[in-house]
Amino acid sequence: MTLADTLRFAFTALARHRRRSIFSVIGMTVGVASVIVLTALGEGAQRYVTDQFSSLGSELLIVIPGKNETSGGILAGGIGGVPNDLTLDDARALERDIPGVSFVVPMVVGNETVSHLERRRQLIVVGATHQFLETRELHMGSGQFLPRDDFDRGAPVAVIGVKVASELFGNENPLGQVLRIGDWRMRAIGVLEPKGQQIGLNIDDLVIIPVASAMRMFDRSSLFRILLRLDSHSDLEAAKSRTLAILTERHDEEDVTVISQESVVESLSKILNALTLAVAGIGAISLAVAGLGVMNLMLVSVSERTSEVGLLKALGAKRRQVHALFLTEAVLLAFAGGLLGIVFGFVLVELFTVFYPKFPAAPPVWAIFSALGVAVAMGSIFGVLPARRATDLDPVAALAGR
Amino acid sequence: MIELNGVWKTYQVGDQPLHALKDVSLEVEDGGYLAVMGPSGSGKSTLLSILGCLDRPTQGSYRLDGDEVGSLDEPQLSEIRRWKIGFVFQSFHLVPRLEAAENVALPMVLAGIPAAERRERVAKALDAVGLAKRASHRPAELSGGECQRVAIARSMVMQPRLLLADEPTGNLDSKSGASVMELIEGMNANGLTLIVVTHDANIGRRANNVVVLRDGEIDQLVPGSELHYGLELANPREPAG
Ligand SMILES: Nc1ncnc2c1ncn2[C@@H]1O[C@H](COP(=O)(O)OP(=O)(O)O)[C@@H](O)[C@H]1O
Ligand SMILES: [Mg+2]
Repeated sequence: MTLADTLRFAFTALARHRRRSIFSVIGMTVGVASVIVLTALGEGAQRYVTDQFSSLGSELLIVIPGKNETSGGILAGGIGGVPNDLTLDDARALERDIPGVSFVVPMVVGNETVSHLERRRQLIVVGATHQFLETRELHMGSGQFLPRDDFDRGAPVAVIGVKVASELFGNENPLGQVLRIGDWRMRAIGVLEPKGQQIGLNIDDLVIIPVASAMRMFDRSSLFRILLRLDSHSDLEAAKSRTLAILTERHDEEDVTVISQESVVESLSKILNALTLAVAGIGAISLAVAGLGVMNLMLVSVSERTSEVGLLKALGAKRRQVHALFLTEAVLLAFAGGLLGIVFGFVLVELFTVFYPKFPAAPPVWAIFSALGVAVAMGSIFGVLPARRATDLDPVAALAGR
Repeated sequence: MIELNGVWKTYQVGDQPLHALKDVSLEVEDGGYLAVMGPSGSGKSTLLSILGCLDRPTQGSYRLDGDEVGSLDEPQLSEIRRWKIGFVFQSFHLVPRLEAAENVALPMVLAGIPAAERRERVAKALDAVGLAKRASHRPAELSGGECQRVAIARSMVMQPRLLLADEPTGNLDSKSGASVMELIEGMNANGLTLIVVTHDANIGRRANNVVVLRDGEIDQLVPGSELHYGLELANPREPAG
């Protein structure tokens, strides 16, 4: 019996009971579509995060106060021990002594009430230096960024995000106006171009002031981070260990963590990848449930078609032919469901991207093929029992309808 | 050549053995015509199942063209059914979702005969049973007599040596029954070995030999012309006429 004949025979059997076949196909469709949608979201999240980080360039080192064993320290947030202060002098030493460094950006982050006349808002205030603009790939909408001063000179100036500008100043031009940050009076010198969310920071809703001002304002003796931008051709690993050595010597102990942009992206990627797989696993469970649906349908079908099986055997069908015919029906159901699920899954993902255009949701290729593969595998696994039941029917009893 | 020798078929019903066939011995020549008669439950269908290699004797020997059927394995039995034996059943056993032509083609599909040759043979077989115009009708759109003629066409496409018919006219009115028997007996006249289970004494009388079963045992085994057919054997639904 040829494959084409087997397929045709199986298809006519399914077509005869259109409604229940369709229900069974829908089960598979939902399973496959859910794998595709879930992995598309997982993959999208991964791409979203890595895109954001890699926009900072790979030649970036980040110094964090405190010793941490894992490279994912930046995510864990809290870092144990009571480290020495990470100071502006440390930053200056790094700028001076690391070969191939283009610049360093010492950073402080705090939360403060920001007001202009009667309008006030609680905002994140970042203390940084002139090069912060370049490091974060930000652009000025109007005015200027922080002045190119020495780290220590905390000028009373502030750069604000567009949202801050509109909420505090309305239609007024904020440039040159006075802004109250906590108890401090600062002059607004620039408004950033709209940028939106960037690595967990809403750039539009931010106030940036000179790092020295921020340390005084927040009464901090330690920096939050030191960013080191290296020349594109410099040796990242060497710079990393050199940074650690310099700071260890200055602090008399190893109490900072130096991570590279790459290692952050890598560990984030790993976590999100695991998440995508877990979520795909959940989708696979719905495929197994769909497989049970196929099995149920096929068992009903075999018991209804007992005499047909008897006839096939009387006409000389071999056991493996009977087995193949019924298994093919199950696989056809699963395959049809798988194909429809891919189409349906893509439609859902497209819909999602219409509503969230910034989120790069797209199912990974492996997920498409493995969803189809798992669907077909489910069809063949759950099709075996009914097919075997048909194969094992005694032809005499089957013909007699017993 | 069919040779049954001391054939028993025993079913286990509960803890009681039930002998559907007891010590049955008979022979049918190639091209012969045997009618099997007897009351309901006497073992006629059981005998036909064994002759058709759908079942094996519990005891005794069945030789088909010299091969001992009891010693063949399942794949070999399906080969025999596929190539040597045609079946016609009382209830037709057509596949309801398939058109007449597809039903007729089914044995050839299973045997892997190429589609072009299938079409040719199907057309010939449907023509032979007078249903060329009904080729694309489904069983539900055909009368009982037409269904049985489709089944006969199906039984002949593989050009078997032996045709087994279990009450082929049992579900038909006498007119279509007569045309069905005419077809089947015509195939026998062309050299096909024919074994028919029937309640119709007229059919029995036309056969070369008649075996009458009673409780699984051979009650009579006589030439058709010598059949002493008692009314008590008749199917009440189909009085002998
Ligand atoms: N699979 C079976 N299990 C138990 N008893 C059976 C089975 N098949 C047939 N029989 C019994 O064997 C006897 C002969 O049956 P059968 O050959 O169908 O008779 P007939 O065709 O002459 O009406 C009956 O008593 C029937 O009940
Ligand atoms: Mg019977």
